[in-house]
Amino acid sequence: MELRTHSVVLEAEKCKGCTNCIKQCPTEAIRVRNGKAFILTERCIDCGECIRICENHAKKAVATDLETLAHYDYRVALPAPSLYAQFKVEKPEKIIAALYRFGFDEVYEVAFAAELTTCAIQECVENHPKTNAAGPYPLISSSCPVVTRLVQIRFPSLIPNLLPVDPPYITAAKIFLQERLPRLNIPREKVGLFFITPCPAKITDLNNYGQPLVDGALPINLLFGELNSLLPEQGTVQALPLVHHRGGGIGIGWARAGGESWGVNAENALAVDGIQNVARLLEEIELGKFHDIRYIEALACPQGCVGGALTVENPFVARARIQKLAGRDGAHTLSNEVKMMYADLKRQDAHFFTHDKGIPDQSVLRLDRDLAKAIEKLNQLEAILAKLPEIDCGACGSPTCRSLAEDVVQGNAQMTDCLFILREQLEKLARKLLILAQNRPPAMDWANEKEEENDP
Amino acid sequence: MTKLTEPHVRLEIPVEGNNFTAAGEAASRVKKTLQKLGIDSTLIRRVAIATYEAEMNIVIHADAGKIVLQVDADGITVLAEDRGKGIPDLEKAMTAGFSTASDRVRAMGFGAGMGLPNIKKCTDYLAIDTEVNIGTKVVMKFNYPAAT
Repeated sequence: MELRTHSVVLEAEKCKGCTNCIKQCPTEAIRVRNGKAFILTERCIDCGECIRICENHAKKAVATDLETLAHYDYRVALPAPSLYAQFKVEKPEKIIAALYRFGFDEVYEVAFAAELTTCAIQECVENHPKTNAAGPYPLISSSCPVVTRLVQIRFPSLIPNLLPVDPPYITAAKIFLQERLPRLNIPREKVGLFFITPCPAKITDLNNYGQPLVDGALPINLLFGELNSLLPEQGTVQALPLVHHRGGGIGIGWARAGGESWGVNAENALAVDGIQNVARLLEEIELGKFHDIRYIEALACPQGCVGGALTVENPFVARARIQKLAGRDGAHTLSNEVKMMYADLKRQDAHFFTHDKGIPDQSVLRLDRDLAKAIEKLNQLEAILAKLPEIDCGACGSPTCRSLAEDVVQGNAQMTDCLFILREQLEKLARKLLILAQNRPPAMDWANEKEEENDP
Repeated sequence: MTKLTEPHVRLEIPVEGNNFTAAGEAASRVKKTLQKLGIDSTLIRRVAIATYEAEMNIVIHADAGKIVLQVDADGITVLAEDRGKGIPDLEKAMTAGFSTASDRVRAMGFGAGMGLPNIKKCTDYLAIDTEVNIGTKVVMKFNYPAAT
């Protein structure tokens, strides 16, 4: 199995060992052991649900700190379109201006790359064979890295359905390195490329991309306070600093659920958001439903990237703002600049926007690689489950009775981790103790008489 | 059904006729069981799709029935058995697009007449035993992919 790093981690001293996060995790990746939550790396998809749910803020994302910026002579910000939804401004230019005031030397909009990604998805969906027999339907967008990971570990039969188009943040970094960097005449190591991210999963994805693309990822909630204080005054007209390619309405729209499919504008498309909703839909796709749907935009966060675990604004408010910002120009079309650049980059490299990396099946569901052993374990699991109360209380540290049964079968937990089983066994033991205590040798008969005398 | 070798897994799930709320749960459980067993994901998809179609046939056309999954070293068998009106013309029912589903059922997006043809496409062996006004028994078998 490939080695992966993760962005979601536990701050042990803040964890009280409650069971809120284990119940919320969509991949059952968390257990409570020794009074602390514990993340199972092979199951974690970095969705950030545990960050959202934890009242003690014991879950956090490992990201770049601001001191890292000082290591570079020329600092480039790659803001995710969702950044624009965080502030009460009438146009994104003001936020871009705040990024420059903050100390970035250049802003390279991911919203622009999102429009190129839109072209790539359009082409992929159109060229996909229309008949069901020739290829898997529906196609599932791989723009959300959480969904890609979820498919890998829980729905591996849908791996062929994933569109092989890189997400906008990857494409933005690639274009910068290929198109812009050579013109700067600054050595690569002196240029710091920083993605401003709404979620931990994009950090993980960039870290695991294979080749280093960016020099860091800064969470939106880390920059929010300062950027907010640096926004230009209401109404002031700001001379727009250096931005090479501006993202239009379609690119900005990507920040909200439905924005991507709005841009791609394919027939029979569907947009779904929220990790549990996505999981339910994938479940039904695996049963062969929806083969008449061509393309699905699936985003793990509620309301889309604007609801990312590292954002600040309420997702519903943020979504409304994005719709307003994206609809500003009124036009639902991609600019000629986008279309030309797309054609140009494709001419140079036919696979610039797509990847041919095989997405491995990393199913965490199988009990054993050997069928006979897996069958035995499954039967054991069912036998154990029959003894458990099946109320899924979580007190054992596993999210459900079924997962405890599986943990027991795999040797990672014991039956007596279940409070009900423990209590049952204590009761049996107490009864045995009582019987033993009453069982006196004949020579002690006098003691019984004495006891009766003493009894009032 | 075939005699099972040891060790094996057997799972029996009742299916209620006309209950569209629970429809799909049996296929879902079959799928999850096969995932636990680490069966090849392409094969799981075929089994899941065939089982789902068979389950929907029970929900749409029968009074009650059951789905039985059996897994052993030789392969996977799914049995879908129901008490119901049976299939009067099996040959017609196997034709793509042919359906006897009511308008109400069609309005729900079911009954496109692809059930049995889809099942045939997904299975390695298919046997249908049906009797009008008694019920239908569908046996579906799936072989493991050759080891690579």
